[in-house]
Amino acid sequence: MAGVQANRLANGGLIDRSDPLNFRFDGKSFAGFQGDTLASALIANGVKLVGRSFKYHRPRGILSAGSEEPNALVELRSGARREPNTKATTAELYEGLEAASQNRWPSLRHDLMAVNQLFAPIFVAGFYYKTFMWPAKFWEAIYEPTIRRAAGLGRAAGIPDPDHYDKAWAHCDVLIAGSGPAGLAAALAAGRSGARVILCEEDFALGGRLLSDGGTIDSMPAAEWLSRALAELAALPDVRIMTRTTLFGVYDGGTYGAIERVNDHLPSPPEHQVRQRLWRIVAKRCVVAAGAIERPIVFAGNDTPGVMMASAMRTYVARYAATPAKRVALFTNNEDGWRTVETALGAGLQIAAVVDARPDVSAAHRSLASKGGFPVLNGSVAAVDGGRDGVRKISVSLTGGARAEVEADGLAVSGGWNPAVALTSYHRGRPKWQDDIAAFVPDGAPPGMVAVGAANGVFGLGACLSQGFAAGAQAARDAGRSGKAGLTPVAEDEAFSLNPLWHVAGKGKAFVDQQHDVTASDIELAQREGFESVEHLKRYTTLGMATDQGKTSNVAGLAIMAAVSGKSIPETGTTIYRPPYVPVAIGAFAGHHRDENFHATRLTPSHHWAAEQGAIFVDTGLWKRAQWYPRAGEKDWLDSVTREVKAVRGGVGFCDVSTLGKIDVHGPDAGAFLDRVYINTFSNLAVGKARYGLMLREDGMVYDDGTTSRLAEDHYFLTTTTAKAGPVMQHLEFCRQVLFPEFDVQLTSVSDQWAQFSIAGPKTRDLLREIVDPGEDLSNEGFPFMGAREVALRGGIKARLFRISFSGEMAFEISVPARYGDALVRNLMQAGAPFGVTPYGTEALGVMRIEKGHVAGPELSGTTTAADLGLGKMMSTKKDFVGRIMAGREALVAPNRQVVVGIKPTDKASRLRSGAHIIPKGEIPGPGNDQGYVTSVCFSPTLDQWIGLGLVERGRERIGEIVHAHDPLRGEGYDVELCNPVFYDPEGGRQRG
Amino acid sequence: MRIVCPFCGERELGEFTYLGDAKPQRPAADAGEDAVYDYVYLRDNIAGVMSEHWYHGGGCRSWLKITRNTLTHEISAVEPAAGAGAAKVGA
Ligand SMILES: [Zn+2]
Repeated sequence: MAGVQANRLANGGLIDRSDPLNFRFDGKSFAGFQGDTLASALIANGVKLVGRSFKYHRPRGILSAGSEEPNALVELRSGARREPNTKATTAELYEGLEAASQNRWPSLRHDLMAVNQLFAPIFVAGFYYKTFMWPAKFWEAIYEPTIRRAAGLGRAAGIPDPDHYDKAWAHCDVLIAGSGPAGLAAALAAGRSGARVILCEEDFALGGRLLSDGGTIDSMPAAEWLSRALAELAALPDVRIMTRTTLFGVYDGGTYGAIERVNDHLPSPPEHQVRQRLWRIVAKRCVVAAGAIERPIVFAGNDTPGVMMASAMRTYVARYAATPAKRVALFTNNEDGWRTVETALGAGLQIAAVVDARPDVSAAHRSLASKGGFPVLNGSVAAVDGGRDGVRKISVSLTGGARAEVEADGLAVSGGWNPAVALTSYHRGRPKWQDDIAAFVPDGAPPGMVAVGAANGVFGLGACLSQGFAAGAQAARDAGRSGKAGLTPVAEDEAFSLNPLWHVAGKGKAFVDQQHDVTASDIELAQREGFESVEHLKRYTTLGMATDQGKTSNVAGLAIMAAVSGKSIPETGTTIYRPPYVPVAIGAFAGHHRDENFHATRLTPSHHWAAEQGAIFVDTGLWKRAQWYPRAGEKDWLDSVTREVKAVRGGVGFCDVSTLGKIDVHGPDAGAFLDRVYINTFSNLAVGKARYGLMLREDGMVYDDGTTSRLAEDHYFLTTTTAKAGPVMQHLEFCRQVLFPEFDVQLTSVSDQWAQFSIAGPKTRDLLREIVDPGEDLSNEGFPFMGAREVALRGGIKARLFRISFSGEMAFEISVPARYGDALVRNLMQAGAPFGVTPYGTEALGVMRIEKGHVAGPELSGTTTAADLGLGKMMSTKKDFVGRIMAGREALVAPNRQVVVGIKPTDKASRLRSGAHIIPKGEIPGPGNDQGYVTSVCFSPTLDQWIGLGLVERGRERIGEIVHAHDPLRGEGYDVELCNPVFYDPEGGRQRG
Repeated sequence: MRIVCPFCGERELGEFTYLGDAKPQRPAADAGEDAVYDYVYLRDNIAGVMSEHWYHGGGCRSWLKITRNTLTHEISAVEPAAGAGAAKVGA
């Protein structure tokens, strides 16, 4: 059943009476129809009070019928889908809709916080700033908690959003914002010309003001013209109409942002569908037909429920067949407001009076008044008598000084129209003042964009159609489309006359910004206190800073400031316009990039196998790497890691090192090129050999390291650290293309093409012989330390084999095409079973590299030189290389630099922690005697104690010295010995064996 | 912002990485420390038209020299670095 709907007209409107819908507002059940907004359905049910205001908790109703709404904000839906500050004027009604009013306690009708009105003097303009100047402890203890409870809007859900959001790109010749007469005319002209057109309309219905105001176009009723135009557009193959889509921003290069509310009109999105979609639209041309926003006149009590924009009242009556009042008064300063009288009379409503601020009212209107039996009062509304139940009476000050009172339960207000200049102003454009309509209009626009119709200050229906049509045709031509646009739709222009009126002086609060509770006197106060510049005015009073961005309030605020400061409105100027035009949910900007999809995940070739083994994974950049492989009975990670290290040192183990960056360097100048990017020489590397290389940045600091092998005369295989794989590729391309373009060399990133495993331990050869073709010589003579060559595996697959060691053991690294990585790891396990082969993770890898004194990420910190790392001798003096000159700067070769050294606690049982500062023994720690810090630590199963590496001043000259490790973060301090960083097999016999 | 890569056509900003002032030239090997210091550290940061290095990492991996107005983001020229693509200087 459709319920009572006492204020629903019997006929008319664009609602579907065959589709009744039930909904709840503040727990109470109501009914409406498909095609209603929440606002129109509330109006049809006689609900006038829908919210409480931000600061003063004043009762508020519905002011507008669109996205400019400052008052009728509700919490829509419940639970995880609860969305605060949703405009009832744009929320579409659906079966079962639940909404609640905001910022009231305990209930909307009896809001105790309304006592805030009594304290109004402390809530005046600038109160945040003034309050901050009171004693700070007062602020924290009293004012902030109180204000937070008292002032505010809706509540966020506070739990994760269960819905999905999407991001998409679209490309077109002509993008059109708005489907009013100007936008549709532009779409027809551009579409007929053959242009690819996208038209975005924020409403769920197309037609703009035609839906509310009607008219005659091409000798047809507007509704008929509209349906023909939409049918023609639907038939054009390259015209795409997007409803529920707001164009909210303009970016560089003809890129536009739009938010599509795909399923906001349903209780929840259908399965596998998104709630909203963020569009980035790239358009050669853009026609802004975003219309205009009717502006209020500021007078005492102008926020009383039942005071409504005149055009909104027409919309509710004509489009939704819902009557906001039974006895309507109109307060206007322009001709357009009178259309509300015509609409109201047509719907059988009573007109209480028309208050027209203009001295002259046309004879036609006077005869309408005498026929309708209502007075036309020359003057303005000075006060409203009413409250939470709406308007009761209005008080009019007549021109000449007399007063009159009018009984009415609704007051329609029209102060004229402000073109929607936001989109045209987003590139720091400043709109210009146009006197005849007393409004700002676009003064130019970002490249490729043009404003038409009401958005351009042209209000007549005929002019909107012809301007939109001409712009659409021109945009298509500019985009290279030359089809025939056909005939311009024709309509007459309505009469237009307006006497600017912004503020009616009177007693009582007169609101400029209703969402932020900024009054006319706040603006006057700001001016008196010197906050006269519009940017100061905005921040001091918070005018226009609410979620509606001052769509109904900014210009009135400027006008009042202009009046009190004795300037003109254009002299006062506007604030900067910034996107988004309507609030856009953060979820839409995030799209699918949330939770586990926040970033891409890279899996190593052995990942699935490692997961089967129960490996613990660690995130390193985008990669998931096996950190250790726990086994039953192991009490913690240290148990597992210790076992893995011992297994490698005593037998054989393997580790997936595919995350290393891998680059194929090809070309006759490959060696010469590598000489320039590494500090050491590679052009003299023999084919079949590998060499450790170190790169600097041009400022002389170490950039990255890795092993590079020469596989052929003109082919090197370069590896980088995992973290720097991408940056090094970019750096090498810069060297190749910009710094040394004379070299004939090409780079190919092959990081993802090769699965690479380190196989280490004294039984490595035994294992390898099981998987490598028996014809391959793996002996120390046949494949010596630092050898590198392609080999055949049993079964014929080609692999690259490198005899390099990070662990200090006899070791090889083996590369196979990535698709064989999973097979290889399973083969290693099978073939290695007789030798007790043990997979090891990044922790054991790290332990063995520290035992061996190899530097890694913590030492390659971007602040260390080659010499700091103990690798200074690698720097060639016979060639130029990146970073060579700057590496020689005085401070970079100073003798007191902090250099890599080994560190171990003097008490073997003591734990060592990275980050601890090194202080001379016996001194009180302080910045003056801080000599460095511990960079990497591990528990060494081989030495049976904690060991580490550190960067310590003159460290290499101080081997054997006892110093103090000071760790204020953990409240620890202990003595440590500086030692040779190579804790394990310093002669290197094991890796060469 | 959109950049017309000479190899890939018009592409979106997110595919590119910015490096900075493209004016400084890497000094010759024997130019001395002062020249290299200037090259490494003295970069222009112009409010207006400026020549900049950009990298098309999300596309062809070319380094590009782009003339851009830093106030308006208007791009007036895009040229590949000397060694971009298959080009070899002096080959
Ligand atoms: Zn490219």
